[in-house]
Amino acid sequence: MNDFSAAISLLISADSDLLMIVGLSLQVSLVAVLVATLLGMPLGAATALYRFPGRKSLVVILNALMGLPPVVVGLIVYLLLSRSGPFGVLGLLFSPSAMIIAQTLLIIPIIAALSRQIVDDLWVEYAEQLVSLGASPFRRMMTLLWDGRFSLLTAVLAGFGRASAEVGAVMIVGGNIDHVTRVMTTSIALEVSKGNLALALGLGMVLITLSLSINAGAFLLKETAQRRQA
Amino acid sequence: MTSRSILPLSLKDVCFDAGGKQLIKNLSYQFNAGPRSVILGPNGAGKSLLLRLCHRLLEPSQGHIQWHAEAEGKSNAALHQAMVFQRPVMLRRTVAANIEYALSLRGLGKKQRRARTDEVLELTGLVHLASSQARVLSFGEQQKLALARAWALKPQVLFLDEPTASLDPTATHAIEQVIDAIHKSGTRIIMTTHDLTQAQRLADEVLFIHRGRLLESGPASAFFAGPTNQLAQAFLKGELLWWDHPETKIQEN
Repeated sequence: MNDFSAAISLLISADSDLLMIVGLSLQVSLVAVLVATLLGMPLGAATALYRFPGRKSLVVILNALMGLPPVVVGLIVYLLLSRSGPFGVLGLLFSPSAMIIAQTLLIIPIIAALSRQIVDDLWVEYAEQLVSLGASPFRRMMTLLWDGRFSLLTAVLAGFGRASAEVGAVMIVGGNIDHVTRVMTTSIALEVSKGNLALALGLGMVLITLSLSINAGAFLLKETAQRRQA
Repeated sequence: MTSRSILPLSLKDVCFDAGGKQLIKNLSYQFNAGPRSVILGPNGAGKSLLLRLCHRLLEPSQGHIQWHAEAEGKSNAALHQAMVFQRPVMLRRTVAANIEYALSLRGLGKKQRRARTDEVLELTGLVHLASSQARVLSFGEQQKLALARAWALKPQVLFLDEPTASLDPTATHAIEQVIDAIHKSGTRIIMTTHDLTQAQRLADEVLFIHRGRLLESGPASAFFAGPTNQLAQAFLKGELLWWDHPETKIQEN
């Protein structure tokens, strides 16, 4: 109970360490979600719309990669960015950039696979009309992405959920360095191991509140928009 | 947007197979400029399939479908035709934006799109719904919007696949008025229906098809006065055309 009270007081006093950790967590996860959305959505839509050799294999791979273990992604990114790795010269290891790369790789399959399913379903409805109107393959893809935007928001939220809750990959490539790469999840893991349950609890509450708020906001937006469009 | 006529449209020995069945069988016909054609036949006759083949949404398994303009290498026929489906497909945007979207695909600038959209909304009586979301409209209004969207493109040929199916008489009347106006504006109408009274109201020429075969074609007045084919006679009398009835098979052949 004392830890819980201490956690609450940390939140109320807007502890600077806590705010920094929360800020970095949001920065890393939101940038990763943005990049993964920009890459994953067109990839998913293209997989739904275009017919090319290996398409079915790609669908299976994307679906399988949705459950990609974060530690494996962390390890791969670590090997790529380490000094002896192919991108070691960039000096990105143990930086927020490395964490963004790892989270992006982790959630691209989630956003791509969910987008493919959403666009595929919409294509069944729109196909003849768009072909009849003379829409080019690129316009068809953009139209479906736009018209499916509220459903696609679910894919983005799933990606954000995965990114913000992830520990393994960011721990490996970020190193959990205080004031540099320490985010909420890695910090919680560390503070629990140190026995500092107040900060861990405080961060846990922030993480859950953020997750709930973002999902509730997106849900309301989707509901309102869908009610307008029926 | 319009240029030289893309008609006639010639179908020669067209067959279409799907699922191991031949759904269109050796169908030959030429659609010339001018009259409104109504493709009549019972459910499952292949009417919608025939429209999709003409509009190139499907490719025939055998035979040829050719637009005159393309045969002469003068024009891309696809740019001069449009189709309205039995179940209107509305994009998730406003009524006006649905029309503007179609016009944007034809490369029209913003001002031209606005002007043409306003024009067809006025012509179809949808002005008051311009800023409404298309998907909240009634089924009849959505079909009217689908017609307006197609009309906005100023097509030389407009394919209509049972445009009033499942509409009440009032909505049907409104849709038929729009079809009539489109016809009077110079667009060639080729439509399907299984509604005899509608065919009598709208058809200049009739094509009667059954089980994928074109059994009779000609001026609407002659067809409704007395078709020569026995199945067409039975259809006009409202008799059921059983798929596996032995007499049906004999008459078809």
